Amino acid sequence: MANRETDEVTGVDTTGHEWDGIRELDNPLPRWWLYMFWAGIAAAVVYWVLMPAWPGVSGYTRGVLSQSDRADVAVALKDLQTIRGAQAAKLKNATLEQIEADPELQAYAQAVGQSVFGDNCATCHGVGGVGAKGYANLRDDVWLWGGSLEQIHHTIQVGIRSDNPQSRMSQMPAFGRDQMLTSAQINDLTEYVVALSGRTADAAAVRRAAPIYQEQCSACHAADGTGDQAQGAPNLTDQEWLYGSARADIQGQIWNGRGGVMPSWQSRFDPETLKALAVYIHSNAGGQ
Amino acid sequence: MWKHHTKLEKHSLPLVISILIVVSIGGIIEIAPLFWLESTIEKVEGVRPYTPLELAGRDIYIREGCYTCHSQMVRPLRDEVERYGHYSLAAESMYDHPFQWGSKRTGPDLARVGGKYSDAWHKDHLIDPRSVVPESVMPPYAFLAEKELDYRDIKEKIRAMTRVGVPYTQEMIDNAAEDLETQADPFASPTQFQARYGAKTLKRDFDGEPEKITEMDALVAYLQMLGTLVDFSTYQAQAPENRR
Repeated sequence: MANRETDEVTGVDTTGHEWDGIRELDNPLPRWWLYMFWAGIAAAVVYWVLMPAWPGVSGYTRGVLSQSDRADVAVALKDLQTIRGAQAAKLKNATLEQIEADPELQAYAQAVGQSVFGDNCATCHGVGGVGAKGYANLRDDVWLWGGSLEQIHHTIQVGIRSDNPQSRMSQMPAFGRDQMLTSAQINDLTEYVVALSGRTADAAAVRRAAPIYQEQCSACHAADGTGDQAQGAPNLTDQEWLYGSARADIQGQIWNGRGGVMPSWQSRFDPETLKALAVYIHSNAGGQ
Repeated sequence: MWKHHTKLEKHSLPLVISILIVVSIGGIIEIAPLFWLESTIEKVEGVRPYTPLELAGRDIYIREGCYTCHSQMVRPLRDEVERYGHYSLAAESMYDHPFQWGSKRTGPDLARVGGKYSDAWHKDHLIDPRSVVPESVMPPYAFLAEKELDYRDIKEKIRAMTRVGVPYTQEMIDNAAEDLETQADPFASPTQFQARYGAKTLKRDFDGEPEKITEMDALVAYLQMLGTLVDFSTYQAQAPENRR
């Protein structure tokens, strides 16, 4: 050990280690690397002083800057309100009618509504609200629970069959599954609904189903089949139905009595966002 | 000093022991305080251990590797809070073993997905993601709707959770299987179940198949409660004890 000697070729000292005649040069570290190393350690010390760093017995050192991610995000959200500016403040205090009457505010509400819709509503209702089987189309003028601005706003707030206590609520019986009607009666009713929606149907079946319809269905879907928005009962004289309008779809619906669930958005969004969404959806649908 | 170091370099056992001592100093300073510092986990109302059905759902979530594409942590950043809602609190995952925070998002964050969509949507989406989200790259999990949930070991699973510090009571362990069946059955009496897990706990047939308890039931029950336990309308984010 400690057999250091100067290498003849390079003029650099060796480490003094020797393995089977092989010796090792003891070149110093590159200066730039060494200075960076010390600078890194010095920067860490500065960081400890400025930022939250060291845990202790009952807390941690908060640092001279007292930095806090949670305080920072609160400031950032407040700044956002400032950036959104006067229109946002106006939206907050405006009623739905006032938004409708003010084109500038309405345009702003539509822009807000569109961006919120894209992330939260389009997941079910499709891009732009075109809907899918089981998820209502929001771009036509057919509405289960009402298409006025006020009604749309209310539906977004409380949801449909949601866990909100004020939720819009109704339940079509599962006439087949719960054995309230026989298969033959359901087949007749299917023909009756086909006839109601203006298509050719088996006349005999329609005749047989008429009293069943009046007894079982008319309370919600109305005697003439035009439905009732207070109960979310669709109009059976058009063919714009949530679960399809083919015979098999109608049959399945009478058998199972399906009803969709829409969550309540009251606790997820602030009031101005709820208003903006209602305005956006209402304007898309051509308005009722 | 370096002369003595030669001795360590030439004796493997003392070298291993010395390495362990040096490395554990870092661990003791950085990790150990988290177990006693009050500021590690906020004190909030509402966070409870998972119900047996939710726990079974969480196990399916882990089994299927959902965490490889979905995180469960809303970071305290403006765009995250704007999109997902209130940033996640440490307290919200204090009963997660292991936690599901994640650092990789191919799909969206799920920390606040509870109550955002309907059960039927979750079922449709898990069976065929592209039927409801055309641009989705998520693989389908249709078999979950068919496969009946195997919960013969649910009691042992919950007991294992108590070993790592989740405060399940003996009553919860004893009634694990009954509670699991109750939560998936809209017609079962909720009294006992809700007395144990709270009145806000969801109780319904999650997958629309009342005849059987499927893995879909468990997974949807789990997804529908994520991020819903803390009432943020009363949470004082800016109070000194909640600052981080």
